[in-house]
Amino acid sequence: MASKPAGRRRLEVEDIGDIAVVNFVDKKILDEQNISMIGEDLFRLVDELGRRKILLNFGNVDFMSSAALGKLITLHRKLQAVQGKLVLCKIAKDILDVFKITKLDKILVISPDEQSGLQSFS
Amino acid sequence: MGSNAIAADVEIPSDLAEARLLQSQIEEALQATSYTEHDIFSIKLALEEALVNAIKHGNQMDPDKRVVVNYTVTPERFDIRITDEGPGFNPEDVPDPTLPENLERGSGRGVFLIREFMSDVQYHGRGNIVTMSKLKNGASEA
Repeated sequence: MASKPAGRRRLEVEDIGDIAVVNFVDKKILDEQNISMIGEDLFRLVDELGRRKILLNFGNVDFMSSAALGKLITLHRKLQAVQGKLVLCKIAKDILDVFKITKLDKILVISPDEQSGLQSFS
Repeated sequence: MGSNAIAADVEIPSDLAEARLLQSQIEEALQATSYTEHDIFSIKLALEEALVNAIKHGNQMDPDKRVVVNYTVTPERFDIRITDEGPGFNPEDVPDPTLPENLERGSGRGVFLIREFMSDVQYHGRGNIVTMSKLKNGASEA
């Protein structure tokens, strides 16, 4: 089957070595229900699939609300708890401002592009 | 009101899908008035946070409660007033999310972001009415 009829895919996960590189399918990360499902998918990578290095690529994302930030913090904490690491990369300038203004750039590792994001795990 | 002004008074139910339609309508008005991408992002973000606050925290998603939105877009500024039917709140009671002890909290950044991204923000009445303004940033290239 080329595609699954049910359960819309929100994330694309690619393994590069032991790093799970995650791309967001949607351009906008909005709506509590949608954000909740994205959160579940991200947490599953750690809790069920045992991934310890996650690189979130925001290259496709042009808008997100503060509700999504909570999920990123939870993911960061989950990975910290198992000696893993979360890195964010390719964040559009306006969205990056949201991270800077809320000072989340102080607790989350943010790289300009995917290549430098991958390198920040080594 | 000048011919370049777009104004509307809208009443929506406590439904985030309805809020999304209203946001698209306002985004189109901003684009038609040549706001920069940066200004549009700022207004969209503040609008998202304020409408979610009104629908979720104010009206508690109650389908019998409404949110009233009045907005004006001119070539100089964007003004909006959002009124919900909730009990209101005191914005000064909302903790600063950038303090070290609050940095890792999962929520509570909406009110702070609205203040940072808009030119002026004021709460009225019991705190169930918010007015926000954004002065258009610089001249357009056109």
